[in-house]
Amino acid sequence: MTFRKYLVLAGVTVFAAAGDSMLSHGMKQAGSISIHHLQGVIVAILNPWVAVGIVLLLAFFASYMNALSWADLTYVLPATSLGYVLLALVAKFALHEQVSPMRWMGIALISGGVSFVAGGPALTSHPHPETQENEEAVVSSAAAGGAKR
Amino acid sequence: MRSVYTWGGILVVVFFSVVGDVVLARAMKQVGDVHDLWQRYGLWTVIGRTLGNSNFFIGVAAMALAFFSLLFALSWGDVSLVAPAAASLTFIGNAVAAKLFLHEKVDRRRWIAAALVAGGVALLAG
Repeated sequence: MTFRKYLVLAGVTVFAAAGDSMLSHGMKQAGSISIHHLQGVIVAILNPWVAVGIVLLLAFFASYMNALSWADLTYVLPATSLGYVLLALVAKFALHEQVSPMRWMGIALISGGVSFVAGGPALTSHPHPETQENEEAVVSSAAAGGAKR
Repeated sequence: MRSVYTWGGILVVVFFSVVGDVVLARAMKQVGDVHDLWQRYGLWTVIGRTLGNSNFFIGVAAMALAFFSLLFALSWGDVSLVAPAAASLTFIGNAVAAKLFLHEKVDRRRWIAAALVAGGVALLAG
């Protein structure tokens, strides 16, 4: 794991949390959308909070795809869940909302889960056979298998 | 009867989310390490290889279906039940699916993590 890879995981966490909260803030301003009034969607997209939220969620998606290219799904997903913790901390210290003991317990559980995974390897699945090194590995293991027979 | 609809909706959301995550994870493994590709061949190669991968589009379509089924489920049940239940069951479902279909080594450490995170998410939104 390089510093750059940790930065990508941090991007996954921060962009998801920031994007979701901006969308939620913007949609409360834009009002509810029903099937019968679909033009409400356009009004919602024109809302600057919603627009910035969408851009942030696109950034989340790009960094999520980036992370999945070199790490296991079961390694990346707990990292995304740290976003919930981030949101609760922002609610407490920036927005001065009340965070109930139940939520603090939830934060503790998620943080514990993330630290469990972070201590292990990032990639455990089979390397995909398209890259040069792996092709060589496949060939040599096939040769070894042939020798055994 | 209403709760049957709500839980049915939650399960549909979880199903599509898990399919989306697993297929996207497979797509990106097929694309290869984005950092390496970017350094060797440039950004356009990364974008071209990603958009040229059919699994990528299947994954995005599954994610879109998950999103729309979440909207339906939310119209049948309370947000405080649907959102955390769907999110935490997706964590468990992903751990199982990653082991079965992506052949990730989901060891005891990762099972515990999935369970802790799923429980934590349920508590946070509850």
